[in-house]
Amino acid sequence: MKSVISQLNKSFESRVRLGIMSVLMVNESIDFLSLKEMLDASDGNIASHVAALEKAEYLSVEKKFVGKKTSTIYRITILGRTAFNQHLNALEQLLKR
Amino acid sequence: MQLKVLLVMGEKEKDYLQDLTEIRLMMEKSSRFISLSGLAGVFAGIFALAGSISAYYIIKNFYIDIWFENDIIQLSKDLVLHLFLVAIAVLLLSLFFGYYFTTKKAKKLGHKTWNKTSQLMLINLSIPLFAGGIFCVSLFLHGQLGLIAPTTLIFYGLALVNGSKFTLNDIKYLGYCEMIVGLTATFFIGWGLWFWAFGFGILHIVYGISMYYKYEHKQ
Repeated sequence: MKSVISQLNKSFESRVRLGIMSVLMVNESIDFLSLKEMLDASDGNIASHVAALEKAEYLSVEKKFVGKKTSTIYRITILGRTAFNQHLNALEQLLKR
Repeated sequence: MQLKVLLVMGEKEKDYLQDLTEIRLMMEKSSRFISLSGLAGVFAGIFALAGSISAYYIIKNFYIDIWFENDIIQLSKDLVLHLFLVAIAVLLLSLFFGYYFTTKKAKKLGHKTWNKTSQLMLINLSIPLFAGGIFCVSLFLHGQLGLIAPTTLIFYGLALVNGSKFTLNDIKYLGYCEMIVGLTATFFIGWGLWFWAFGFGILHIVYGISMYYKYEHKQ
């Protein structure tokens, strides 16, 4: 029992982070505004969770200029995909028992 | 003591389940446009039927305007214009009501109508439609009028199959049906209008009603 729980990734404990990772899993890339709209969270909330996930190297951040405005684009990394899949498997395992 | 442990575990389990449900929901919501309304299909079907009936009478009244020239069927400009206006009216009315019912459903679900998923859906629907449209213009210029109705059905079916990856998956089956109707129609030249009325009219209405009862009626 302990072993499965230890496979749960601490980085994905918050709902917002789960949401961010879920969106990135199925979208090649996503911009900040779309992410905000889908998660229905505040700018600051998303920014801080994105920063944490970026620090863990689970996602990459790219800033682009669209006209005069900047647009921030997020992509999941290979490391992030593996980690999230492991987390999903652990969740499923826990529910199976 | 043991009971308490069990209770805590039960709550944890609920949390995990909620996590998984939320993940699935977020993946679905961020990759598919699910606000497409079944009523949009019903109305498109009704307009298509009305359009087919008017086209039937227009052709009947204008039959002297159809003749053959070197084995190629010719239509008078008047007849072409009338049919073109009917087609445009059907298209605009269907798009207008489709947009209206879809924004209504999106509002109800708390989604936006214009977002990344709806854009992806529209782009993927338009690519086969655009190709089909140009192909139909080419058929028209070559005098292959009998093939135009089947062609619109085939390309529309392809468009639905292509767009289904970004919206309700059920649309794929409507796409397969439209393609089957279109391909069948290519073997029965001269019955194009009937196949067209069935494909764009009846199928849309049946599909729209079943989608409405599957996704919207209960909410």
